[in-house]
Amino acid sequence: MSPVVHALVIGIPLVTFLMGGAAVATWWERRFAGRMQTRFGPNRVGPAGLLQPVADALKMMQKEDIVPRDADRTLFNLAPLFPPFLVIASAAVIPFAATVGTDGAFEATGAVAALDIGILWVMSLAGLMVFPVWIAGWAANNKYTLLSGMRMVAQGISYEIPMIMTAMVPVIFAGSLSLSDIVAYQDANGWNALSLSPSALVGAVAALVFFLASLAEANRIPFDIPEAESELIAGVMVEYTGIKFGIFMLAEYLHTIVASALTAVLFFGGPSGPGPEFLGIAWMLGKTGALFVLIYWIRWSLYRLRSDQLMDLCWRVLVPLSLFLVMAAAVLVAGGFA
Amino acid sequence: MRTFPARVDPHFDIEEYDPEADLMALNMGPQHPSTHGVFRIKLFLDGETIVKAVGYPGYLHRGVEKLCEKLTYVQITPIFDKHDYVAPMTNEQAVNMAFEKLLGLEVPMRARVLRTILAELQRIASHLLWLGTFTLDIGGTIGGGASLMMYTFREREMILDLFEMLTGCRFHYNTHSPGGNRHDIPEGWETAVKAVLDAIEPRLDEYDALCDNDIFLVRTKDIGVLPPDLALELGQTGPVLRGSGIDHDLRRDAPYHAYDLVNVKVAVDDGCDCLARYRVRVAEMRESLRLVRELLTMIPGGPIIGSKPIKSLVQFKAAKGQVYVGIETPRGELGTYLIGGGDQRGAAPYRLKIRPPSLHAVAAVEYLLPGHMLSDVVTVLGSLDPIMGEVDR
Repeated sequence: MSPVVHALVIGIPLVTFLMGGAAVATWWERRFAGRMQTRFGPNRVGPAGLLQPVADALKMMQKEDIVPRDADRTLFNLAPLFPPFLVIASAAVIPFAATVGTDGAFEATGAVAALDIGILWVMSLAGLMVFPVWIAGWAANNKYTLLSGMRMVAQGISYEIPMIMTAMVPVIFAGSLSLSDIVAYQDANGWNALSLSPSALVGAVAALVFFLASLAEANRIPFDIPEAESELIAGVMVEYTGIKFGIFMLAEYLHTIVASALTAVLFFGGPSGPGPEFLGIAWMLGKTGALFVLIYWIRWSLYRLRSDQLMDLCWRVLVPLSLFLVMAAAVLVAGGFA
Repeated sequence: MRTFPARVDPHFDIEEYDPEADLMALNMGPQHPSTHGVFRIKLFLDGETIVKAVGYPGYLHRGVEKLCEKLTYVQITPIFDKHDYVAPMTNEQAVNMAFEKLLGLEVPMRARVLRTILAELQRIASHLLWLGTFTLDIGGTIGGGASLMMYTFREREMILDLFEMLTGCRFHYNTHSPGGNRHDIPEGWETAVKAVLDAIEPRLDEYDALCDNDIFLVRTKDIGVLPPDLALELGQTGPVLRGSGIDHDLRRDAPYHAYDLVNVKVAVDDGCDCLARYRVRVAEMRESLRLVRELLTMIPGGPIIGSKPIKSLVQFKAAKGQVYVGIETPRGELGTYLIGGGDQRGAAPYRLKIRPPSLHAVAAVEYLLPGHMLSDVVTVLGSLDPIMGEVDR
């Protein structure tokens, strides 16, 4: 199969799934939050409110598209295009399925583009994520969006460091930058962040740090200071109306799904698990879903840190800890313990 | 002796954006989700650090005081319901107590005990609303803060249901009148109150778990420190003053209603920060629960309105002179200064001046904010519990 055909055959369902998943995620989150808050959540549009995302999207498309008079029109209109693009592109390398070869070897497949440098691809796209937010914050010519954009840049580039460092831990163990190889290593050695071994202990701490950094990258509470609606109203989205606002929201949900999937692949074995190979997708979906639920559970339970406290946590705790974890992983591999 | 950092002069000389000082002037409010109504704060920011903050109240001015000069004494009570719209019960009581003092009306014991119970229930309801909106400020409307708000509103609803049983209204009651109350206790109301108290008490323990939450602690501890001397100078009262370590409560120090029958334990915390103000309010809710329980057992029989019910305005003809009545509302000392003998018949106030505790509370914002981060604005403002209807009148 040529790469282009392969990309289309797997990519179109993947994008459809991600988009549909994000829509269902908004519905699910609102129902979940409703249950947490002794209320019902959306339950009027369609069965159990399932058509609420459709109604929301239709509503947002009908809204007037306002560009502030003093805004930079080009950048203002351009900024919402990038976040969904970047997030979906980073999902391209994530393996979603499992196959067992003729020689009985486990292989994680299903990635749209099984790049050998999968981690590098994901991390570079995550690094680009600050740009559209900063562009949006700058172009709207509003002080609140500007502050939000500055916060996003500071937070984004700070939390990338522990994120990349801890992503290196499974890379060191597996000896490969490819996500498929990392999953294959985990399957072959029974390693994941929950198993019992010295290397898994390092992996568990790394998973925690990686998860926290993903929360910060995806702007989820307690790290959602760029969109701190108590003080910054809606962050960079203050001046956006209608479907442009909707695209930002969509990108947030996509980002959360992809961050969950990435954590699942790196630290929890992704599509590998007991049972026949066709269960690979189910394992992947289950693990991603569990982490996704956890993110939203945290979101509706905790308060938000202040921006300086956020930086403190990153530079004083997470960065040294992640450096130590990389060192520990290297020592374990060199000493033959993993 | 605790030492406080040198006091910041909020009025030093940066009036407009000054490029050389490299400050950003940021208008927070009046259209802002976290300014508790329509308060406007002009912030001068160095990065995200606040150098100067200037508060601008007045966006909700409705001319209540002037309006009262054109209304008769019985017509004023419903106006006062809208004054501090989070604690209408205590507002009604404040203004009616001033009328009673001016007119020399005696309130029957039953009405006095009932008023005390209503005031304490209103205090719980108001503090519950405050707790919900305070965590909303810290945690965000789409997040953990909203969760606690939904819980506190659930409990507040129970108290509003009690008020509805009594008066037929959930919010603007108009149940007090000069000389007594309009609505007598209905059948089964005491049992309903007891049930509500039993339901709320264990849930206050759940809210205490907030003090185990590290994020809540780092967001409130040592934020917005109001030294006791400054609190006194600014005329703070209520939980803001008691959160600064000064033991002052009109319920105990100048008893009114039936507060002389019960022993009010005043909650004081000398933390002086947002956390201390939180602790004081939570302790006050517990104390109010206890007080209501105690008062329910001592409701006497008899009428709820004076022996001379007000039938005509002529009765007020002789009402001249001036009185001041201060009562302890959930937000502090609500003072009503009244000069009688307004219109030709003498049935309206000549002048009615309100001393709102919230106005003094928002005055502290200019002193508390400099040096803090932008995110602390909403925490500090929320901890002062201003109600803009009361600030602007």
